[in-house]
Amino acid sequence: MLKTILNRLLQIIPTILVVVSITFVITRMIPGNPAATVLGPQASVEDVEKLTEELGLNDSLWDQYIRYLGNLFKGDFGTSYSYNMPVMNLIFSRLPNTLIIAFTSIVLAVLIGIPIGIVSAVKQYTAFDYISMVLALIGVSMPIFWLGLMLVLLFSVNLGWLPSLGMGSIEIGLWDVISHMVLPVGCLATIPTATFARITRSSMLEVINAEYIKSLRAGGLKERSVIYRHALKNALPPIVTVLGMQLASSFTGAILTETIFSWPGMGTLIVGAIENRDYMLIQGTVLFTALAFVFINLIVDIVYMMINPKVNYSGKGGA
Amino acid sequence: MDGNANDILGVTAQAEIIKKERKANNAWNKLKRNRTAMFGLIIICIMVFMVIFADVISPYDPNVIDLGNTYVKPGNMGHVFGTDEFGRDLLSRILYGSRISILVAVGATLVGGIIGLFLGLISGYAGGITDSIIMRVMDGMMAFPFVLLSILLMTILGSGVFNVILAIGISNVPIFARIVRGQVLVVKNEEYCNAVKILGASHTRLLFSHILPNSISPIIVQATLNVAGSIISEAALSFLGLGISQPTASWGNILRGGKDYLVTAPHIATISGFFILITVLGFNLLGDGIRDVLDPKMKK
Repeated sequence: MLKTILNRLLQIIPTILVVVSITFVITRMIPGNPAATVLGPQASVEDVEKLTEELGLNDSLWDQYIRYLGNLFKGDFGTSYSYNMPVMNLIFSRLPNTLIIAFTSIVLAVLIGIPIGIVSAVKQYTAFDYISMVLALIGVSMPIFWLGLMLVLLFSVNLGWLPSLGMGSIEIGLWDVISHMVLPVGCLATIPTATFARITRSSMLEVINAEYIKSLRAGGLKERSVIYRHALKNALPPIVTVLGMQLASSFTGAILTETIFSWPGMGTLIVGAIENRDYMLIQGTVLFTALAFVFINLIVDIVYMMINPKVNYSGKGGA
Repeated sequence: MDGNANDILGVTAQAEIIKKERKANNAWNKLKRNRTAMFGLIIICIMVFMVIFADVISPYDPNVIDLGNTYVKPGNMGHVFGTDEFGRDLLSRILYGSRISILVAVGATLVGGIIGLFLGLISGYAGGITDSIIMRVMDGMMAFPFVLLSILLMTILGSGVFNVILAIGISNVPIFARIVRGQVLVVKNEEYCNAVKILGASHTRLLFSHILPNSISPIIVQATLNVAGSIISEAALSFLGLGISQPTASWGNILRGGKDYLVTAPHIATISGFFILITVLGFNLLGDGIRDVLDPKMKK
């Protein structure tokens, strides 16, 4: 067990290296001279050249790469040109805002989606099952940026119940914070909720019809106990996998959701960095997000191993 | 019954039953019985019809600006879906936009599918160091949030239909490569592959005539679902202003335009997004259906 976990830990080293390199290459390939972007259109040619030299952009790509790796190793993600601030500080000032909506939406999705999936499976082919599965299918097909706009249209423009932009402040009051969160979280929670409902239903259905569940029932165990203690436990592994995937993709969702609701999180930071051609900031935010992805996957794999000891992580197989 | 009076052993009758069963178990016939998949297919057929006949059905030129008739509400002044901020007919733009959106989605799936297929075949078949290198790169690409990778590629490539296809396509590669590799690893050790090898078939023949056809079903399922995902990706990129740029209509950039006029003309965003949702739904329904048919174990 410990050995497999260690093995899995070693496996992420090359992945991290690839991620770091891809980020570096992609950032360098973005057209436009960042020095010219920083100084604006009125800057003289000499100033631009001077700044290019200062930023080390005239060095060979290889030198830049080595310097970049060295800095990363020291935990230095560079300085953002447009904010004039260390990238790390910017990330840590924005990250909590994204985490708040991402985790709230995932928790909501788990609390709503999984019970719906269980009930759908237990009451297969009933009206509840049909309606919730149709809704779930619409949910997974939902372009969330459109959903976001529709929510704004309904709750902010037409009904005027909720604010459509920005983040609330605790100084104004708790309601201000919550009311600003409702729409982004609702928007971000849609796809995960639908996905959990679907995977829970299919995974439960597979388990419910298994022989050992039938024998538990035949043995006179209470239905409630059969479903929640035994069936759900065995149906859990695929649900955990999906949970991990959804955690990771809620970051993707956050990019779009934050843009719609002007939420000051990582998503708007990344999009702003790309618009400003802020090399260091793009590099830092993208790298940070990708590394977060890698670690979330790692944690999911380890949890998966714990709840399902049969799984083999020797690195081979897996269809 | 009486027609088979001579058939004492029931041979013909049995053959008949087998024939019937075989027909019923044929993938297409199975799919036909799957009502949700058929519903998806109908949606897709309607969309394909729109794509092909966009220029015939469109009541107006999608790019003609009419500043006297901006923000016309749906159903007024001969505009079924109303007009946008430049007075362009929304129905015509949606119809022409379907061409771009479907073209990009199918194109990106093909790009991702073909590159992923090759990488997956090589990786799974060759094994060893080649496999490790390819799969680590794929893992690295998969570590990027999907939209983020496309966004980055778009900033490098610049906007334009072909570049959008390329950007989304490249982001699609790892998932295909992984699925194909997984299939190849299973199939290449099957008895019939060993037999063909012993008979002296070349690597390419073994790969393309035997391993590939036997690995194809999950790839078809993934491709169908991937078209749905790519429609969303195109819309997301265009929505962020990085995809298809004006005046070319795509569902994503119509929606982007609608975002800015949500209060004055909510119909622009509502209608364009609705088309995205329905089309994605169609491909998802069909994809789920094909999966049920091709892989009975995965039955939902």
